[in-house]
Amino acid sequence: MSADDIHAEATEISGNPSKRYAAGVLKYRQMGYWQPDYRPVDTDVICLFRITPQQGVDPVEAAAAVAGESSTATWTVVWTDRLTACDSYRARAYRVEPVPGTPGQYFAWVAYDLILFEEGSIANMTASLIGNVFSFKPLKAARLEDIRIPVAYVKTFKGPPTGLVVERERLDKFGRPLLGATTKPKLGLSGRNYGRVIYEGLKGGLDFMKDDENINSQPFMHWRDRFLYVMDGVNKASAATGEVKGSYLNVTGATMEDIYERAEFAKELGSVVIMLDLVVGWPAIQSMANWARRHDMVVHMHRAGHGTYTRQKNHGVSFRVMAKWLRLAGVDHLHAGTAVGKLEGDPLTVQGYYHCCRDGYTRQDLPRGLFFDQDWADTRKVMPVASGGIHAGQMHQLVDLFGDDVILQFGGGTIGHPAGIQAGAVANRVALESIVKARNEGRDIRSEGPAILHKAAQFCTPLKQALDTWKDVSFNYASTDTSDYAATPGVA
Amino acid sequence: MMTNPTGRLTQGQFSFLPELSDEEIRLQVEYGLRKGYAWSVEYTDDPHPRNTFWEMYGMPMFDLRDAAGVMLELQDCRQAFPRHYIRLLAFDASRGVESIAMSFLVNRPEHEPGFFLQRQESHGRTLRYTTAGYAAGKPEGERY
Repeated sequence: MSADDIHAEATEISGNPSKRYAAGVLKYRQMGYWQPDYRPVDTDVICLFRITPQQGVDPVEAAAAVAGESSTATWTVVWTDRLTACDSYRARAYRVEPVPGTPGQYFAWVAYDLILFEEGSIANMTASLIGNVFSFKPLKAARLEDIRIPVAYVKTFKGPPTGLVVERERLDKFGRPLLGATTKPKLGLSGRNYGRVIYEGLKGGLDFMKDDENINSQPFMHWRDRFLYVMDGVNKASAATGEVKGSYLNVTGATMEDIYERAEFAKELGSVVIMLDLVVGWPAIQSMANWARRHDMVVHMHRAGHGTYTRQKNHGVSFRVMAKWLRLAGVDHLHAGTAVGKLEGDPLTVQGYYHCCRDGYTRQDLPRGLFFDQDWADTRKVMPVASGGIHAGQMHQLVDLFGDDVILQFGGGTIGHPAGIQAGAVANRVALESIVKARNEGRDIRSEGPAILHKAAQFCTPLKQALDTWKDVSFNYASTDTSDYAATPGVA
Repeated sequence: MMTNPTGRLTQGQFSFLPELSDEEIRLQVEYGLRKGYAWSVEYTDDPHPRNTFWEMYGMPMFDLRDAAGVMLELQDCRQAFPRHYIRLLAFDASRGVESIAMSFLVNRPEHEPGFFLQRQESHGRTLRYTTAGYAAGKPEGERY
């Protein structure tokens, strides 16, 4: 069927109530979910889905089905629709295009009226947009690639409890990325041994240490024991350096009551930051954002589990969408990738995530996977975290890719230093300050970075040891999640 | 002397590097001016990690676009307070920031005794911590 024929067939029925509501089964595109003439308005939520229709399913019908199944449709015609202002509740697929260079996949643009959503609720937004449709049989696969959330809806969310600007003021640290490290080994350290690692890393020059995502309260280390020893390390290191220091205390627990109890104890001990794992879910995240606002606490979000749905580009939810939701839900730190480290991430795509965390207004940027302009309406900014398989020898690349507003976390790259944890921290701090200083002096850190680091290593033995130890370490694998875009896109 | 690896207070952007020369400081000031920041000179003899409000050595230099002017202010401040901590701060007034964009030490006392960590035993195994500068016991102006 030609595009004109499909359109004629769709409008012939959807425009005629007696045909549209006759009992039976209609094509989604005939029920009003396909509206190619529709122009989204400023208050619409717009989603871009990547869909892979089953063999023989027309892409327009598939797009209409996505719109239907993520809004009002059921599989058959229901007369009760006519008791409602159903045109408002119907999502509208308004544009479908083949994904460049990827046969069988299509981009589908779908607009949703603001009335479909509960104010300030990510649980509701996600239940609507990704609730049912990803299991829908006529689609082999579907992915939510990007989302435009209208200002009217953005303003119903409180956003990050602290935000990166205020966090810097509280920490008294400006003009450079922050440095962190995840305590290793992840599992098995007693509270006392664990606190030792915290103290050494912070005294050596890091700003933050971090619990890992699966450090909760296991047989080898009860959470209270961890919190007590960690805070002793934090306070001792702060006195030894004259700097504000912190350690992300992971308060993730089995129940909300457990989470609150752990957070309260962290507050009582004077911690500046708590940590949550993404697996706790949206309502827990939003509840803890409220708690953090009441208690002057920074919330560190570890995106534990996200790879199960963000990594494969034909199915799931893109991390850029997750980053937008998490910014609205209210986290202050968010792991957003390293591009150069051990975990998945194409550099441009990862930069796109950073834009979603830090921009005041995110511009459409197709090579970075950003399909829409997004006005953040002054929502506070999230501090992105680059963590996983990075070391001091990559400092120039990291600063070049991500700028100053980022936390660079070197776990193995601190604790694995041949001369000890303090030496590892010194190496990272000296490397960072050297690169920032050189960049500000107008030097091209991308090309001169290695020379700048080697010069700094002449006065800093720990940096020399770090560069020698990890000089050949890189993770150069092809990324599975890169942006597919046409060089000259139409306007969404 | 402080026992951290640098042996000194590590606040600011560049405390792990060798002391910046005046020429190196000037380059940083120029970077800030290119970004549209306003520079300010502040000093203290109470560098407690949570002492936010150091004394202002004059107002932030909002209309000054020449690094030489900032360097002159810094020299004056150093002459007036040779044994104090002095830092340069750059303010970014743009919407969505409206905060400090750069901060680094440009003067410090010769002798930096650091801080004592006092532990007060509380209920259970909980401790309450107080950080106090070893030099802070003396009156302002006589500490270093």
